[in-house]
Amino acid sequence: MKKLGLIVNPIAGMGGRVGLKGTDYVLEKARALGALPQAPNRTVMTLKELNKIKDQIEIVTCSGDMGENEAKKCGFKTRVVFASPNRDTTKQDTFDAAKKMLEENVELLLFAGGDGTAIDIYNAIGEHLTVVGIPAGVKIHSAVYASSPKKAGELTLLYLQDSVPKIKEVEVMDIDEEAFRRGSVKTRLYGYLKIPYEKRFLQGKKSGSVMSDQASQELIAFDIVDNMKEDIYYIIGPGSTTRPIMKLLDLPYTLLGVDLIHNKKLIKNDLSEKELLEEIGRKSCKMIITPIGGQGYLFGRGNQQISPDVIRKVGKENIIVVATKQKIQSLYGRPFLVDTGDVELDKQLNGYIRVTIGYKEQMMYKIES
Amino acid sequence: MKRVNRNYKVRNFHQAKWDEPIIFELSKRGERGVLVPQAEDEIVDLVGDGVSKIPASMVRKEAPKLPEISQPRVLRHYMRLSQMTLGADVNIEIGQGTCTVKYSPKVNEQLARMPEMTELHPLQHESTVQGILEIMYKTDLYMREISGMDRFTFQPSGGSQAIMTMASVVRAYHKANREADKRDEIITTIYSHPSDAAAPALMGYKIIYIHPDKDGYPDFEAFKAAVSEKTAAFIVANPEDTGVYNKRIKEFTDLVHEKGGLCCYDQANANGLLGVTRAKEAGFDMCFFNLHKTFSTPHGCGGPATGAMGVIKELEKFLPAPLIDFDGENYFLNYEIANSPYAVGKVRLFNGVAPVVLKAYAWIMSLGAQGLYEVAKVAVLNNNYLFKKLMAIDCVDAPYTRGKQRVEQVRYTLEKLTKDTGIKTEDIQRRMMDFGMHYWTSHHPYYVPEPATLEPTETPSKEDIDEYIATLEHIFKEAYENPEIIKTAPHNSVCHRVDESGMDDPKQWAITWRSYLKKSTT
Repeated sequence: MKKLGLIVNPIAGMGGRVGLKGTDYVLEKARALGALPQAPNRTVMTLKELNKIKDQIEIVTCSGDMGENEAKKCGFKTRVVFASPNRDTTKQDTFDAAKKMLEENVELLLFAGGDGTAIDIYNAIGEHLTVVGIPAGVKIHSAVYASSPKKAGELTLLYLQDSVPKIKEVEVMDIDEEAFRRGSVKTRLYGYLKIPYEKRFLQGKKSGSVMSDQASQELIAFDIVDNMKEDIYYIIGPGSTTRPIMKLLDLPYTLLGVDLIHNKKLIKNDLSEKELLEEIGRKSCKMIITPIGGQGYLFGRGNQQISPDVIRKVGKENIIVVATKQKIQSLYGRPFLVDTGDVELDKQLNGYIRVTIGYKEQMMYKIES
Repeated sequence: MKRVNRNYKVRNFHQAKWDEPIIFELSKRGERGVLVPQAEDEIVDLVGDGVSKIPASMVRKEAPKLPEISQPRVLRHYMRLSQMTLGADVNIEIGQGTCTVKYSPKVNEQLARMPEMTELHPLQHESTVQGILEIMYKTDLYMREISGMDRFTFQPSGGSQAIMTMASVVRAYHKANREADKRDEIITTIYSHPSDAAAPALMGYKIIYIHPDKDGYPDFEAFKAAVSEKTAAFIVANPEDTGVYNKRIKEFTDLVHEKGGLCCYDQANANGLLGVTRAKEAGFDMCFFNLHKTFSTPHGCGGPATGAMGVIKELEKFLPAPLIDFDGENYFLNYEIANSPYAVGKVRLFNGVAPVVLKAYAWIMSLGAQGLYEVAKVAVLNNNYLFKKLMAIDCVDAPYTRGKQRVEQVRYTLEKLTKDTGIKTEDIQRRMMDFGMHYWTSHHPYYVPEPATLEPTETPSKEDIDEYIATLEHIFKEAYENPEIIKTAPHNSVCHRVDESGMDDPKQWAITWRSYLKKSTT
């Protein structure tokens, strides 16, 4: 019997149809405008894909619309391990439910919701469980979601049948909904969740199998470390692509923060803008950053500590961009973006930059503001 | 208005299924195919027994464990295997993508199988191999005329090795100019063949890739930003894998020359260029042809290959020795350049794959200059016929230079089909096997979403191309109406769906029978 965790955020997606661009803080308003729950139906669509192995699965879930109803509706053996004390479920419920799933040690956690849900799940379980997201929210910036509920089901089925050998870490992102309602898009990187990596790129006749993201990232790290110069300060930006550099140097790192190293030794983890400016002062400095997958932002998303002042101090010629080929491919030719908040600086950053994509492998890529 | 043609005819096809064991499993102790005669006393007296001179450390302790099997069983075994594959001689070869696979006239195969060829030995005295030396020498002359280069070598046994040889010449050239330490970068494009990056990378060069601009041409502004005093060379295919021909190529090569680098042309696939453009006029210092593609000998994986590699006069002294020369009376192997301190060492033990060079020579001789030009024209015509027909199908598209013609191949995208039906390009690849057809996607990663790369060459008739299109249309229709049949394909092949997970798992890899036994029993 395989234990499949299931958490449904029943209110996710309710703001979308009624034009509220999200459901955070505006649930009542959405209801008043006639919004209906989206997530339960979408979850059912996903679970239907698992019919084939229905007898081999136990669904470990939460009471009512948070999973129990959907699982039972589809005829699964269901066990409720969490019950929400609230009439309308909250962020805290998602968080607590996910903590339960961690205790239950489920093989895979299936959850339905939007970007906010993904963040709550991430906060509860970090990288300890593998998840699949059923897209049911208004905003789906996070790459944790399958492209459709049906696809989420197919992927879960493959995973439970042990046909997905690889796990990939993907970005958990969200935008500031308040700002979004005012018309400005501000995304933030919260962390990374582990998803099954569907082997989209099956072996073709003339090419070897695709190198895993992790192997590509390690190659990049070897290139960077082999070329590190003495007496230069290196600012290591956030992200899963820069992390292997710190791992290779055997240094502690912050996945979402900015770290500073000198002569392959750690100066400090998780620096703020102010600390960065103080530490680098007039010293020679290089900066290693990676674009956000799928979006291509180099500055202004997920690494706001690297402010216009910091960038100016380091200098464009000392910016080292790292990205795997797969990450570049995910942009489908769209340029890198910069949104530092300083229009002049953004303009100066425009043009072509060398991106390290492997060991002794670079790609010329365009930056546009 | 795009439409789907529903009046196609799709051929019935089924592979033979023999459940054939591998040859080691057929082995039966003591069974023999051939009894090798003992050397006669007279010969032993003259040259020795041929074994006792081998140093003791190199002599096997026991006989190799080769399969022991009779002749008819060997024949049956391989005949059966041949029936279980998608052979080039039984299907329409349009879908091999970046590999030109054209018909090789059988008469050329017969030539290559003459005892005069098959019994040649590379260590024979020059005086006894004048015939093949003459053919290699003359093939060199033809290659010069086709490309504008000044000297060719047939030493590389394939395209990637020819690229490696080009990169070796690049390194030798910069070494001679005392710039080898400074120049450590090779520039290429993402739509050139991956070997253009992989081979020089293996030699330690840093590889810089150029992305295409919105029209699919290598981005010239990015290129300008990449070329520097560190540039050792620019290695590029043109047309690239997308089938887009970079008409500004001379500006690229000029820029590299200005900065002191060399320009190398990957002409593995020159099928649309014969008699139309030449490497020299495009500003290249080196190029290579895959004789096993463009010059109509079977494709590399299906038979021995040769990467014929040529250079301009100034670079001749860096070529791997020996070259073949003619002194007015005799053809001979010229080792003179081996004395140069900068010469590239041998890239292969012996010179060329003689039967492949002979077949290419025969093909060129049978066509003549006009014929080669005709080949290019028909290949381009066939491709654009296919292009136009496929683009009329709703779910097929091709990025870049919309409305313009392509050279001899096109990289299509089935993104719409995937969005509509969930059927991916790899699924189509497997379903095409059910109709006895090849279909190739693209190198990884997929820069063109859900790609398909098709190249008809000059071989297929209009009817053949129509049949290929009809088969594709049939499968597209299935994708919308009965996707399950595609997802579970192939149905008519010997193996249905192969579990490829082992490909990523070193614990399961077995590239020899012995390692298979070891890994499968532990």
